[in-house]
Amino acid sequence: MMMIFGIPLQAFLGQLLIGLINGSFYALLSLGLAVIFGLLRVINFAHGAQYMLGAFAALLLLSYLGINYWVALIIAPLLVGLFGAIVERTMLSRLYKLDPLYGLLFTFGLALTIEGTFRYLYGAAGQPYSVPPALAGGTNLGFMFLPIYRGWVVVVSLVACIGTWLLIEKTRLGAYLRAATEDTVLVQAFGINVPLLLTLTYGLGSALAAFAGVLAAPIYQVSPLMGTNIIIVVFAVVVVGGMGSIMGAIVTGYMLGIAEGLTKVFYPEASNIVIFVIMAVVLLLRPAGLFGKDA
Amino acid sequence: MRKTIIASVALLLASSTAAFADASDGKVKIGILNDQSGVYANFGGKYSYEAAKMAVEDYGGKVLGVPVEVVTADHQNKADVASNIARQWYDTEQVDSIMELTSSSVGLAVQALSKEKKKITINTGAATTELTGKQCSPYGFHWAYDTHALAVGTGGALVKQGGDSWFFLTADYAFGYSLEENTGNYVKENGGTVVGSVRHPLATTDYSSFLLQAQSSGAKVIGLANAGLDTANSIKQAAEFGIVAGGQRLAALLFTLAEVHGLGLEAAQGLTLTEGFYWNRTPETAEFGKRFLERTGAMPNMVHAGTYSAVTQYLKAIEKAGSDDADAVSKALHEMPVSDIFTDNGKVAANGRMIHDMYLMQVKKPGESDIPWDYYTVLATIPGDQAFIDPAKSGCDLVKQ
Repeated sequence: MMMIFGIPLQAFLGQLLIGLINGSFYALLSLGLAVIFGLLRVINFAHGAQYMLGAFAALLLLSYLGINYWVALIIAPLLVGLFGAIVERTMLSRLYKLDPLYGLLFTFGLALTIEGTFRYLYGAAGQPYSVPPALAGGTNLGFMFLPIYRGWVVVVSLVACIGTWLLIEKTRLGAYLRAATEDTVLVQAFGINVPLLLTLTYGLGSALAAFAGVLAAPIYQVSPLMGTNIIIVVFAVVVVGGMGSIMGAIVTGYMLGIAEGLTKVFYPEASNIVIFVIMAVVLLLRPAGLFGKDA
Repeated sequence: MRKTIIASVALLLASSTAAFADASDGKVKIGILNDQSGVYANFGGKYSYEAAKMAVEDYGGKVLGVPVEVVTADHQNKADVASNIARQWYDTEQVDSIMELTSSSVGLAVQALSKEKKKITINTGAATTELTGKQCSPYGFHWAYDTHALAVGTGGALVKQGGDSWFFLTADYAFGYSLEENTGNYVKENGGTVVGSVRHPLATTDYSSFLLQAQSSGAKVIGLANAGLDTANSIKQAAEFGIVAGGQRLAALLFTLAEVHGLGLEAAQGLTLTEGFYWNRTPETAEFGKRFLERTGAMPNMVHAGTYSAVTQYLKAIEKAGSDDADAVSKALHEMPVSDIFTDNGKVAANGRMIHDMYLMQVKKPGESDIPWDYYTVLATIPGDQAFIDPAKSGCDLVKQ
């Protein structure tokens, strides 16, 4: 049997694929963070809570209204996006003129409040959410058994990532958004409603987090802690990719997912710190991140 | 009016002098220290706090004529945080004993600190046999279960069914090591082999890499030497990767009613597990279970029921000793048999281990369970002296080896 780095090729390919799957979540979440940071200059600590809200929205829609996974995949992000827009309009927008630290503190407090509320209501152990019947089961790829649902996650998150990138880089709306971050006053002078654009952006970022949450619901327990567990890693991804760089967040998300996956084979005990080690090294060598513009 | 004031002052004086003779500071204070926000928050958590309060209420709220108070704190599964809280409780808040102490690293740290401070600990949440082994304490007691009991129960049952090669998925800290070692030894003693193991950090969310390694090891049994949410996620993801469908069996070595409830019967059905308590076993346990359910919204697992038992026995011991002095209470705890809703034939060995029967359970199928929380079929009773290590062989220097 062919060996790579001392492990059989088949096992290696399997781990590579798993890294890609986890990377999908990192990419989707760090994408939302990067969009919000890039356009609003807000470090959105509530991103993990919004991811958790997405998963809970799917669960609650199913158990109270009988709404299935496919519909929830659309509705849950819309609901959470709306929630995000309301939060931005009524609270966050008041902080733009202050030091960026206030935005960070506000979103951090918001995250603690949301998570605390859900922990109080639903307990910490979490609730199960089943894989939709159409995506249940798995297929044998020869080198590993791939659950169909996980394959679906990779495909969908890739589509969502590319879609968002196109929206911001290639459309007129995206051009407005980018222009607004460069020079708010000038863009407003052209008659464009900048506050509305910012509200939409925060809503979009929240919706992306919730979308990842719905995708994650059938894989992990839907638990109030799910956001806290993943958000720190996602921040590391954004820092490695370069704060605010959208393509950087996507590519780094997948890369670090793979790096983490391979660490789980070679030195499992280090799997939860490898991303931070990479972050430290990148910050030493390229302080602006892999894809960041030198400030 | 004046008379009332004088009378109440006199009464206060009388009660406080009476207290001086018995409880050192006019009240008995019990601390419930555990994980209330992390992966073990349902395993123990606020439910254990409620169980302790329930025990105090059922006891009448007083012992030796002084009130009993229960306080609680969240240690976040960090031994340093737990030690700081324990130190503060002992030094400035007159806490007399600390119980529950989920998570082995925390349990060991707080027991060591309490030994130094001469305070009683009764551990119902942590699993490691070290608590009553090499690191035992004259003031430390281990109540509900331990890794040896889990190895003998769940490990034994699977070995008997032909599961003779094992691969372990182990939580990377004291508890996981202890559980893996105990189970591994048991498997080897019974003619089986351990083909490998992989250690994962506490509170990992994705187990697919580890599960894939377990799958390719070809072992007949995958032993999950983790707990709480970690085990629930491992089981859920193992199903996803077709591990059980592929013929390998999962051994959830530490899995309780709280996690079965969280996972749902659909995913948990057929699992074999070991617990020291099941609410629907006798009329008495069912009565207790229902009262607990009304109060907390959940049925108790062995940690919650064990905490109830530990608090009750501690109060009985104070009564017997006539004082809350740690030496006297410890002596009484070692001498008294334990008989309550948790166990009817418990006894405390010299190393601090409370020896009682454990139960081997199987999780019911969704169709078999008709009342809420009715999740187990009791397969067998494991007598206490088989479930727990012979104190003389425990490695504890309080016992003549």
